[in-house]
Amino acid sequence: MKNHINEAYEATDTLNDESSAKKRKIVVPGEIIATGEDYLPSEGARREKENVLANRFGLAEESGRVVKVIAITGAFIPRKNNVIIGRVTQVTFNGWIIDIDSAYQAFLPIDESPRFISKSEMNQFLDIGDVIVAKIWSINARGIDLSLKGKGLGKLEKGFVFRIIPNRVPRVIGREGSMITLIKEKAGCNITVGQNGWIWVSGPSSDEEIKARKIIEFIADKVHVSGLTELVEEWFEKNK
Amino acid sequence: MKKISKMPTKEKETFKRPDGRKLAEIRKMYAKVGIIPNADGSAIFAFGDTVAIAAVYGPRQLHPQHMQDPATGILRVNYDLLSFSVYERKKPGPNRRSQEISKVTEWALSPVLDLKEFPNTVIDVQVYILQADAGTRTAGINAASLALAHAGIPMRSLVCSVSVGKLDKNLVVDLNKEEEDYEEGEGATDFPVAKIANTEKYTLLQLDGKIQPETVKKVLDLADKACDEIYEVQKKALKEVVEQ
Repeated sequence: MKNHINEAYEATDTLNDESSAKKRKIVVPGEIIATGEDYLPSEGARREKENVLANRFGLAEESGRVVKVIAITGAFIPRKNNVIIGRVTQVTFNGWIIDIDSAYQAFLPIDESPRFISKSEMNQFLDIGDVIVAKIWSINARGIDLSLKGKGLGKLEKGFVFRIIPNRVPRVIGREGSMITLIKEKAGCNITVGQNGWIWVSGPSSDEEIKARKIIEFIADKVHVSGLTELVEEWFEKNK
Repeated sequence: MKKISKMPTKEKETFKRPDGRKLAEIRKMYAKVGIIPNADGSAIFAFGDTVAIAAVYGPRQLHPQHMQDPATGILRVNYDLLSFSVYERKKPGPNRRSQEISKVTEWALSPVLDLKEFPNTVIDVQVYILQADAGTRTAGINAASLALAHAGIPMRSLVCSVSVGKLDKNLVVDLNKEEEDYEEGEGATDFPVAKIANTEKYTLLQLDGKIQPETVKKVLDLADKACDEIYEVQKKALKEVVEQ
């Protein structure tokens, strides 16, 4: 249980401030980020003659010659190996259809459950409305396939789930999971953060759970603040 | 002699707009991003007493399925006046006018969007007019453009929109309702324009009234200048959402 979210931060981006040795600024679509032939436009940027322009709203980051724009708002875009939290919406003959709060439905095949499940007892294992932590195993033209095989994956019981803006997930997790470990410790709760912005919290009593939810929402509100760890510690001092 | 020949131009200069604005002066603008927490992106944009809000949802699954496009995502705009936005209560629900404006807003915005990353999906944009004092479609386009950017959707640039009008023989920017109903001389002409910011590309040109072909160039020049101002307001609103 301790390393519940291990996989969750594998694929995270670099929104946490601790690594902000690189130059960052907020850009709007079409704004010039850098001028010069040396720069290479990466994700969210494009070249027009000698200028590198933003292709979307977000934080522009120059690391060496590479320029990219990190999204800070918007819907969840699934990527392979993301750990997500989803809800079962349908039980079919060979698996479950899961709502993962993205544009595409996800499918969890029966073969990808952690142990053998016969087709007759499928809805005893997972029924409509159940909440699971799963990993995106593949993304193809037909949809998203999930897997429950792996550490920390499976059905969630007790506790509750709430949602934050998916792009803020890396901040909540922190560098190498530093932030989420701190919150777990201070709030005394079990927390799982899905890359789709759904967060599951379970603690000894609802007081702790609500406290954990409040601090996570507090962090998700702050997009561009540095020294977040101190702020969080301060918050816990105030709200003992 | 000279004085006499100057007379008409001077008269033109001193043309008084009903609300005392200069000819090329836009009404006071207000823009704010992130006003609807449940939407993926949202914005409010106001030209004086014309107030538009826009909310963006998606990319999300598109129903009915036959509208899905496996090559790209699509944009779907719904524009409407709220029933209390005008003096006489507007019956809620779509009508001929709102359907037309929804469509032209869609066309005004889609050239800047790149939705190839999201096949089979839709991006829903809801544009509602809280208060109408002419220029609702232009305020709606400005708000929708902000909301789309706020939703993190890949787009080449922002879209700015303003209406240019002709009151008798005077070209003015950003008509209000009183000016739209101007009846002296040649009457009023309303010419809404939308363009891609920092380019010479226009995505909306409509005309209600009469205008001489040679005047259209002047109209576009005025619109260009006004759009630069609007772009700055939009840019500021987007940047403010991050700095708290």
